[in-house]
Amino acid sequence: MAMSDAALEQALERWVDHGRRTVTRSIFVDEELYQLEQERVFARCWLFIGHESQISKPGDYFVSRMGEESVIMTRDRQGEVHVFLNSCMHRGMRVCRYDEGNTPIFSCPYHGWSYALDGSLVGVPYFKEAYRSELNKSEWGLVEVAQIANYKGTIWATWDKAAPNFQEYMGHMLFYMDDLLDGRDGTPGGSEAYGGVQKWITPTNWKSAAENRAGDFYHGISHRSVDLVGIGPSAGKGRRDGQGETLSFNSLLDYGHAMMGSLQLGDAPWTPALQSNKVAAEWAEHCYYERKKNYGNRARVLGSGGNAFPNFSFWCRQPRRIFMLHPAGEALKSEFWSWFLVDANAPQEVKDLMRHYSLRYSGPAGMTEQDDMENWNHAAKASRGVIASRQPYNYQMGMHSMEDHPDLPGKIVFGMGEQNQFGMYAFWADLMASRDWDEVMARRQSRGSLP
Amino acid sequence: MTTEQQQSAMAAMVRHHEIEQFLYYEASLYDERRFLEWVDLLADDVRYFMPLIRNVKFGEHEREETREMEELNWIDEGKDTLAGRIQQILTGVHWAEEPLSRIVHSISNVQVVEDRGDEVDVKCNFVTYRNRVETETDLFVGRREDTLRMVDGSWKIARRKVILAQNVLMAKNLTLLL
Repeated sequence: MAMSDAALEQALERWVDHGRRTVTRSIFVDEELYQLEQERVFARCWLFIGHESQISKPGDYFVSRMGEESVIMTRDRQGEVHVFLNSCMHRGMRVCRYDEGNTPIFSCPYHGWSYALDGSLVGVPYFKEAYRSELNKSEWGLVEVAQIANYKGTIWATWDKAAPNFQEYMGHMLFYMDDLLDGRDGTPGGSEAYGGVQKWITPTNWKSAAENRAGDFYHGISHRSVDLVGIGPSAGKGRRDGQGETLSFNSLLDYGHAMMGSLQLGDAPWTPALQSNKVAAEWAEHCYYERKKNYGNRARVLGSGGNAFPNFSFWCRQPRRIFMLHPAGEALKSEFWSWFLVDANAPQEVKDLMRHYSLRYSGPAGMTEQDDMENWNHAAKASRGVIASRQPYNYQMGMHSMEDHPDLPGKIVFGMGEQNQFGMYAFWADLMASRDWDEVMARRQSRGSLP
Repeated sequence: MTTEQQQSAMAAMVRHHEIEQFLYYEASLYDERRFLEWVDLLADDVRYFMPLIRNVKFGEHEREETREMEELNWIDEGKDTLAGRIQQILTGVHWAEEPLSRIVHSISNVQVVEDRGDEVDVKCNFVTYRNRVETETDLFVGRREDTLRMVDGSWKIARRKVILAQNVLMAKNLTLLL
């Protein structure tokens, strides 16, 4: 490829074609675009790092990723959360090669430079003899992210100090993410990440997974086998509990975020859920009515899946999961990480039921998502050929059916639609065409923020 | 060696052989896709547990594996869900196993750890190969800790712990039981 910025800008107009609602296959398979994404998407956007329940005590750390790069999330002695690049400032060795733990210090295994929990360089072997005491340690602390945010227990960061702040960047997406992060009874926050993070490699492009959770009510056929078998939390056929009479919606939001969910049409009574355990069923019913009280009219909006751009994808309710879709070194290689959330104060019976349900639904051994991985893998693979890559993907579904709705932030398509997905690529193209955030903002202003 | 010792050693060998043959038989049922016969080898109260493996500091190895019935694991379930996995394969529309993968379980290093008569704890290693569609190949290598129980004259699997020797799962999915 190796094209100039002007040529790239022109190509992106064709590749992500607003008029035709098509997206070229190259953006999923091209290695140069993949490399450029590392700089223009992952080094620039707000990324999810982990859940604060993973580092509850001072000295706790969790090793996470931002794009391809390893980062350490720590809680220092003052209780403040930091995120650092996991690479020694001296010769680049990873200073931490454990997944998580508690430590007073990160000591590099190569030459022994040591860093405190706030990232400052505190130990340099032979400081007097080798450096003649001339090294200015204060300039050589671990690289720290430019901005950090804690939203209802989730920790986020960006490397770009010019990026819009977290609230601005997420905007109305937070309205929908609350259904992931608030208590089932509608009290703010209060979730915890259950022990362990599932991590697995999938030979596909990260965007293929992102667009699926950005709003794909269309792929029921993918999961026909599990629907026939039945894995829901109340036994019987299907994958989930029913939600009564609802209208499915897709919401396309600013900055490439997208959400899908269901809107209750009226003041619906509780539809039985979590029926395979009596305590859990009673709890679910109690939470349903409490949520109505706490949320008011907003309780009619029941979140399903979503994707906060670029690669934070999630299921709000059944199952309740966070996925980070990390790029893993080449266009057709991703490393997926998955967290499982529960209300910290839920009865043990609920936690057990939802954990088992989540394990049989989700992740690489999940009976639903096994089939997703297969489809994303082979769709990407079959898109790589010369002839294949001449044919764009079609995102026309619902393109003339976008509307505003008083209860739902974003541009809404009811029923099935692919405008969320297209919106994700439209923002992606704006980022990829821009040299910095100023240019991204100018581009959005001239075009309008939603496609 | 006294005659008594010889007899007891011989009995242990015969027992070892019997257990080993059961493990080979079980693997062959799976690999030959005799899936419903395989399900019949599961005790009604079977537990199948496959933890995630963490990288932890030396001396903290009790935290290396996620805990059964408590944390996020790869698999942590009983017979209903295990049978459901098999039913899913048998729908013919489970795309991650359609067309069916070619699976070969190789079981080795079999050790009877404790023999309680009608229940036996047995350890082994596995090298399981999955090849699907054209050239897609995964290798799953690890250790297993099984408890077998004699039920109405046949061995059944009462418990299986699968310790896959991987931190990040190198395969896109786990459509198979190891």
